[in-house]
Amino acid sequence: MSAAVGSGRLAAAFEARREAGGAAFIPYLTFGYPSPEDTPRLLGRLADAGADVIELGVPFSDPLADGPTIQRAGWRALERGATLAAALELVERVAAGLPPLVLFSYLNPILHAGVDAFRERAAAAGVAGVLVTDLPVGSDPDLEARLAGAGPDLIRLVAPTTSEARVRGIAGTASGFLYYVSRTGVTGARASLTDTLAEEVGRLRGLVDLPVAVGFGISRPEQAAQVGRLADGVVVGSALIDALGRDEEAFAELAAALAEAAHGARST
Amino acid sequence: MTTTGGAPASGTGAGRFGRFGGRYVPETLIPALEELEAAYAEAATDPEFLGRLAELLADYVGRPSPVYRADRLGEALGGVRVWLKREDLNHTGAHKINNTLGQALVALRMAKRRIIAETGAGQHGVATATACALFGLECVVYMGREDMRRQALNVERMRLLGAEIRPVDSGRGTLKDATNEAIRDWVENVRDTHYIIGSVVGPDPYPRMVRDFQRVIGDEARRQLADRDVRPAAAFACVGGGSNAIGLFTAFLDDGEVELVGVEAAGEGLESGRHAASLAAGSPGVLHGSLSYLLQDEGGQVVPAHSVSAGLDYPGVGPEHAWLRDTGRVRYESATDGEALAAFRRLTRLEGIIPALESAHALAGLTAEADRWRDRDVLVCLSGRGDKDVVEAARLLAGQDSE
Repeated sequence: MSAAVGSGRLAAAFEARREAGGAAFIPYLTFGYPSPEDTPRLLGRLADAGADVIELGVPFSDPLADGPTIQRAGWRALERGATLAAALELVERVAAGLPPLVLFSYLNPILHAGVDAFRERAAAAGVAGVLVTDLPVGSDPDLEARLAGAGPDLIRLVAPTTSEARVRGIAGTASGFLYYVSRTGVTGARASLTDTLAEEVGRLRGLVDLPVAVGFGISRPEQAAQVGRLADGVVVGSALIDALGRDEEAFAELAAALAEAAHGARST
Repeated sequence: MTTTGGAPASGTGAGRFGRFGGRYVPETLIPALEELEAAYAEAATDPEFLGRLAELLADYVGRPSPVYRADRLGEALGGVRVWLKREDLNHTGAHKINNTLGQALVALRMAKRRIIAETGAGQHGVATATACALFGLECVVYMGREDMRRQALNVERMRLLGAEIRPVDSGRGTLKDATNEAIRDWVENVRDTHYIIGSVVGPDPYPRMVRDFQRVIGDEARRQLADRDVRPAAAFACVGGGSNAIGLFTAFLDDGEVELVGVEAAGEGLESGRHAASLAAGSPGVLHGSLSYLLQDEGGQVVPAHSVSAGLDYPGVGPEHAWLRDTGRVRYESATDGEALAAFRRLTRLEGIIPALESAHALAGLTAEADRWRDRDVLVCLSGRGDKDVVEAARLLAGQDSE
C-alpha cells in the first residue's frame, strides 16, 4: 500500500541517504516561531545544515503530546497568527527548494479545516507527509482513510508501549516512514536515551518494510550518532527550539552538528 | 451498570455516542486505554467488585443521598414543587466521590498504585485524594493556578489528605490546562499510573465508565420520587464536562415524558464571548481525546472558557451530551455568572443550604423558566455544597451590593 500512495518524496529521501551512508537527519521546527516571517529563512538554514527531511510543526492551543519547550514555542507562534492555513501557504511558497516537508499537527485544526479540503490543499502545496499526533491507527478508520488518500504520505507513530500485533496493523497503514517514539512521555530533551532502544528498534525493523525514524528525547550530536547507528532517521525537535530561543546561530550550528552525526553514523 | 459503548438509549458502536466520543490520543496511551477498557469490563460484571463499591457508597459516602422538597424555594419560584437531589450531602461534599471510588477500585484491579487527577473546583481533586487515602495510593493532582486561588479551601483539604498538588500555569490556569498536564503526566508514567478523570470527558472508555459510576444519582432519585408517588415533569442539572448531569439523566433517558435540561455556564453572557457554553455556542472538535462540542476559533484553536464557577470553566463537554443535544433528547440552556450567584444566594437564604456555584447554575436554569413548571414536580441535581465557594461568592456578592 505504501508504494501506491503518498508523494514518494520521503521514500526517495531515505533511499538517497541510505546510498550516501548514515542515517537521515530530520529536524523539527515550529511554524511561526519566533515569528511566521522567520520560518522560511530557518527552513533554509536547516536545509543548508544537511536536513534530509524537515518536520514543520503546526502550533495548537492544547499540545498535550509536547513538553514545555515546544508548548511555549507554539503559543508564541499562535500569538503571531501561525495558523494551519498560514502554514500551508508558506509551504506552497518554499517547498520546491527544500528537502521534503512533513506537516506535524494535532487533529483539531485539520478537522476544522475539513479533512478532504486539507488533504487536497496540502498536496497542492507540496507537503510530502502528514503526521497527526492524536490520530492513532484505528481511532477513526473513515477519517484515516480520507487522510491517507492520494497526496502526502500519512506518517504513523509507534510507541514503546505498542504491542507487536498492533505494530503489524500500523505498518499496514503507514507510508513514507515509521516514526518511533523512543520513550513514553512528551517531547523534550533528555539526558540519556533508554538502554533498550537498540532492541526496540531492531524488533520494529523486523516487523516493517518502511524506514524507521526515531525521535523524542534526542538532543546532542553523540545521541544522534548513537540513534543513527540503529535507525534510518533521527528526529530532533526540542533541543533545536531551545537553541533557537537563545539565538539563530546556535540553532544553525546545532543543526549542522546533528546532521553530521546522523550522516556519519554507520548502520550495524 | 452497563458496559456498552453508549447508554441503552444512546450511541452506536463501542466508545461512540453517534459520531461523538472516540479515542483521539497519542499512540503511547492506546495500550493503557485498552487495558482500562478490559479491566473495567471485567469489573462491571464482577459481583465482588460491585458489592464492594455498593458497600462503600452506602457506608463511606452515605448513600442514598436524600431527595428533599424545597418548599420555600418552590414558593419563591411561583409554586413549583422543587425536589433537590442532595449530592451535596455525600462524603467530601459532591457527587465526584461516586466516580473516584469506582475508578480507584478499578486501578487496584490493574495493580496501579499511582493515581493522577485534574481538578477545577477542587471537588474532584478532593474526592480523588480521599479515595487514595482510603486505599493507600499515591496521589498527584493537577490544578490551574487561578483555580488554586479561587478554591483555596479545597487545596488545603487535598494536602491534608496526602495528595501532592501540582500548580498549572499554562493557558489561563484553569481546568482545561490542568487536564493537559494530567494527560502529559499519564503519557510519561503510563505503565504504573492510573488517571482518574473527573467527568464524562476524555477518550473512551472514560465517558461511559464515569457515566456508569454516576448514574446512581438518577437511579436513586427516580426510585425515591416513585416511592412518594411523584413522577417529575423535568430534571435539571448543570453541565461543565457534564458528569452530574449524565448521572442524573441516564435513569430518565427512556422516559420521554420527563423533560431533561442541562444548564451550561454563560459566564458574562453568550454574546460577550466570555462563557463556557460549548453546546450552545461551540462546534464539533477534538479536545482531550474525544470528539464533542468545543469552543474554538476559525483556525480550530481552542478558545479559553470563562465562568465564575471553576468546575464549569471548561471549553469542552462530554461526548454523550453532544449526542443528546443533537438527538434532541436533552435541552441545553445556560445561566450567567450573575444568575448563578442570585440562585446561590436565594437557596442559601430560603432553605439554609449553601450550594456549590456549579449547582447554582442548575437552580438558575430552573428559575429562568419557573413559570412553565408551576404546580409541577421538578427534580434538580444539587451536585455539591458551597463551602469551597464561600469566600469567592462573598467577594462577588459584596461587589454586586456596592454597585
